[in-house]
Amino acid sequence: MSMDRREFIKIAGISALLGITGKGAFELLRPGDLDAFEGQEGGAGLRKEDLPKIRWGMTIDVKKCDGQVVQKVRGVCDYLHNIPHFNNKKDEVKWIWGDTYEHAFADGANEYIDDAIKELPFLLLCNHCDHPPCVRVCPTRATFKRPDGIVAMDYHRCIGCRFCMAACPFGSRSFNWRDPREGLKGRKLNPEFPTRMRGVVEKCNFCVERIDKGQIPACAEAAPEVMTFGNLADPNSNIRQVLRVRTSLRRKIELGTEPFVFYLV
Amino acid sequence: MLEKALVGSQRYWGWIIFLLAVIGVGFACWIYQLNYGLGITGMSRDISWGVYIAQFTYFVGVAAGAVMLVIPKYLHHYQKYANIVIFGEFLAIAAVVMCLLFIIVDIGQPQRMLNVLFYPTPNSILFWDMIVLNGYLAINIIVGWNSLLAERKHVPPPAWIKPFIYLSIPWAISIHTVTAFLYAGLPGRHLWLTAIMAPRFLASAFAAGPSLLILLLLLVKKLTRFEPGEEAIQSVAKTVCYAQIANMFFLALEFFTAFYSNIPGHMSGLKYLFFGLDGYHELVPWMWTSITFGLFGILLLLIPPLRRNHTFLVVACASIFFSTWVDKGVGLVIGGFIPNPLEQVTEYHPTFPEIAIATAIWAIGALILTILYKVVVSVRQENA
Ligand code: SF4
Ligand code: SF4
Repeated sequence: MSMDRREFIKIAGISALLGITGKGAFELLRPGDLDAFEGQEGGAGLRKEDLPKIRWGMTIDVKKCDGQVVQKVRGVCDYLHNIPHFNNKKDEVKWIWGDTYEHAFADGANEYIDDAIKELPFLLLCNHCDHPPCVRVCPTRATFKRPDGIVAMDYHRCIGCRFCMAACPFGSRSFNWRDPREGLKGRKLNPEFPTRMRGVVEKCNFCVERIDKGQIPACAEAAPEVMTFGNLADPNSNIRQVLRVRTSLRRKIELGTEPFVFYLV
Repeated sequence: MLEKALVGSQRYWGWIIFLLAVIGVGFACWIYQLNYGLGITGMSRDISWGVYIAQFTYFVGVAAGAVMLVIPKYLHHYQKYANIVIFGEFLAIAAVVMCLLFIIVDIGQPQRMLNVLFYPTPNSILFWDMIVLNGYLAINIIVGWNSLLAERKHVPPPAWIKPFIYLSIPWAISIHTVTAFLYAGLPGRHLWLTAIMAPRFLASAFAAGPSLLILLLLLVKKLTRFEPGEEAIQSVAKTVCYAQIANMFFLALEFFTAFYSNIPGHMSGLKYLFFGLDGYHELVPWMWTSITFGLFGILLLLIPPLRRNHTFLVVACASIFFSTWVDKGVGLVIGGFIPNPLEQVTEYHPTFPEIAIATAIWAIGALILTILYKVVVSVRQENA
């Protein structure tokens, strides 16, 4: 089950309110500064205590995931975000994709794990890390962490240095090596989401555009039996309940980036 | 003084025209890249930095190498370097300009580059790299140009440049340290995640920069009546030798840590480069050639009669220059990306336009160097 509806509306309401009054305006005037919030008290008159207690995260139930789910989820995401397709690996752009257990847990793979799990596709996407190295290295703050934990991109500010790609230990970022609109030719476009230009980095954004409207990420909505999206800061949220009863893994936890995507095994 | 670059022999002009032609081809390719995007290069989602950043890294080292003349001359008053220290400073100018150009061509949205200044972000090492590189360029222009002006007027250099000279010493160290930090602080890139990245960078810089300088000085000596001084050349050669020994020793340390600890992530980058990984071994011959040339160069420089023989000296310096270039200008960047974070190997092949653009930047460096060296030599000849 995905997030409880009432719980969601409650949180979305609070964030919308705060968005209009304080942080939203702040972000409009100086986009990107929000990432500096963590550990920096009182920046521009905003205090940490004022922030809503939200920390978005996601669980993925590995056992319920299969090729069909991957295809469905990817299709929804690709359409909603106008993600280009090129038929060569070199120019590839992807936000969420399926990969093998060995690749997903490259350094922690256990060859004796249940064969059933070994054969399942693992959905990979940006982990919206709590200590995101991609944000730390970006020279323009084009990639930044919002107070609700989402690591977002400002496509208009990115200079395309690709430092963030070198820094991300999960291979979650893509670069527009060529005009992405060419990889969209002949496809139905989503008029509500901007297409990008060449020369900028992009990646999964946890559907911020939907979250800010009170919806949940499109993948979690499309595959509610597999993905649960919710607020990890709230002990009563359903994602916390799921994590309480199920065993979960996170990728490359030893690197200290603190991924917020949890794999239920 | 620059007008001295406007008079020269036919051979001089032939060389300039050749460089301009190379620059022209690369410029055309760059225009193509601006129109199409970085898709014209061999880079991909897995190998997101390639020839450009690798060359950038290497030439930061060449630029920093100049300090190996500045320290003896100004800290120890080693007068044998009085004649040649300016060649080192001008080499640094050319190398830093190349670095900045490599960055410009590597950026996907170069027109937004000033964003780095509009939104200064001290937690990004790239921000600091920009500051130290531009600072080093300014320092070397100030020092080099003013010393030359003074020399022309037969007066000692103005006292106010002294602080700049002293500043240039830690600053040279800083440019290569900060460049090493671009790599060394990234989680998950095991080949780069090593505390001796900066010392390795400095050791290879102090081998690469001075060895190139020896080659250039011998060339200038051959083409003009300028005499760098045998003792000076020999001293620089010893610097190259010791720096290269340190450089190879540091590399051995990397091997020890990775292979004795037996941690897969730490071994896999080195494995890919030196032995091949998962059936991919394109760079293996390159890396072993680099090791061979590096050791060979050391051997030639260690044996005094060989070092004193200019033919062997040239071979030694060329070997070490090539060896460090392969190590830093090819292996370092690519080895950091292979295997990728999912332990997969995607190989990288630079494309023609990519190589043409990089070559054009080499040519711009050569052009700047030719002009600056021409001015120095003309002033010296006038004064002689
Ligand atoms: S997964 Fe990669 S891109 Fe996403 S927040 Fe973490 S480091 Fe950044
Ligand atoms: S490519 Fe863009 S988002 Fe990534 S580090 Fe550079 S400026 Fe920041």
